[in-house]
Amino acid sequence: MFNYQFDWAVVTSGQYAQWLLAGMKVTIELSVVAIVGSFILGLIIAVMRMSNVKPILWFAHAYLEFFRNTPLLVQIFFWYFGSYKILPKVVNDWLNTTNFEFSAAVIALTIYTSAFIAEDIRSGVRAIPKEQMEVAQSSGFSYLRSMYYIILPQAVRLTIPPLINQFLNLAKNSSLAMTIGVAELTYQARQVESYTFKGFEAFTAATLVYLILSIVITWMVTLYNKQVLNPLGVR
Amino acid sequence: MNPGLDFSVIWDNLTHFFIGTYPNGPIGGIILTLYLAFVALILSFFGGLILGLLCVSSHRLIRYATLAVVNTIRGIPLLMVIFWMFYLLPALLGGHSAPENWTVIAALTIFTSAYMSQIVQAGIDGIPKGQTEAALSTGLHPWQSMVYVILPQALRNMIPSFVNQFVSMIKDTSLAFIVGVSELTHVATQISNRTMVYPTEIFFFVACIYFVICFAFTSLSRWLETRLAWRKAI
Repeated sequence: MFNYQFDWAVVTSGQYAQWLLAGMKVTIELSVVAIVGSFILGLIIAVMRMSNVKPILWFAHAYLEFFRNTPLLVQIFFWYFGSYKILPKVVNDWLNTTNFEFSAAVIALTIYTSAFIAEDIRSGVRAIPKEQMEVAQSSGFSYLRSMYYIILPQAVRLTIPPLINQFLNLAKNSSLAMTIGVAELTYQARQVESYTFKGFEAFTAATLVYLILSIVITWMVTLYNKQVLNPLGVR
Repeated sequence: MNPGLDFSVIWDNLTHFFIGTYPNGPIGGIILTLYLAFVALILSFFGGLILGLLCVSSHRLIRYATLAVVNTIRGIPLLMVIFWMFYLLPALLGGHSAPENWTVIAALTIFTSAYMSQIVQAGIDGIPKGQTEAALSTGLHPWQSMVYVILPQALRNMIPSFVNQFVSMIKDTSLAFIVGVSELTHVATQISNRTMVYPTEIFFFVACIYFVICFAFTSLSRWLETRLAWRKAI
């Protein structure tokens, strides 16, 4: 190790720096698409999880437990290699017109993250006094409408910090998409390594990008807590 | 029309899923997954304890340095840690290549220790200040008050979080796939590549195995949580 020649120029300029930048772009694209999808899906699952209708509740419960207790990598493999047998032909045909590696990664990440987001939303909802629901329903709102107009707007406000953290987890988890050939940051770092044998430089660069991302996101959560949730600094 | 599902492939390869190619080759499959998770759990318990104690150190330099290390590890993906170990371990061993199992155990230990340290820190913070003050005023040295008074109480409260972390660890062992350790996920891809046309059945089955193992431990953690809360109430 100690006679290793460091060559930082490999990752700071030229073609290989371009690769890493391209990888960073894919990582961010993947995370943004998946966070939007998993927020919507998570919201639906969270509402189903709090429903009074038993079959809906059971479905949501099974969904949450199953996807939270299986590895993301296996889920990615399932959607990438195995989904063609269980999806309808129309969906398969449409997926094949897209960049299928990317789509499979988005599907897997979305479903995996939605299970975690649903739990975050649920604890946000539980922080809202249940009288709010009773008042909403007694003034004539249906269950779904009181959720939509009264409870969720308040709960989502509380859910934003954990949601931003989930975005960070998602950005980190998206590194697993390299196993099915999505050219995101970790994949590109490995490509640079195998073309130049400069593994330390390539992985340092990728590590720094992930770190900067996580510092920015942590800072955003702190800022949100200070400015929005508790502007007066009340303890 | 979609081709039908045929689960006989699972039955035909059942021993391969459980023990890999053993006894004709190294042990693999579910057994290896559990082995990796248990060894890394024990190592990262101590790693997390040490890092956690350093995080609550009264010495500012130690505290900030440890927090910087912990937050760095928490800020990068596990896959990155595995790659780092993959390239660093041989360098640290003076050019000898490290066995893949060690690479994975080292990566899992370092990664999980960082998360465990947060649990330890929260557990220690959860013990009322009066306990430390009482311990110190009876003449105990600060480290004695930590070892004999604070930690025994804190550790008990941490047990459910430790079990949850173990569940994450079992899921994370699937990443050992990337450096070619033949644990469950790797065995599944091998079988899938060999049999060609059953990826759906194989990966669904593997997901179910992970689910059964992880769900058992998640339930254990929930049970412990209610039980510990009950004991504290008395």
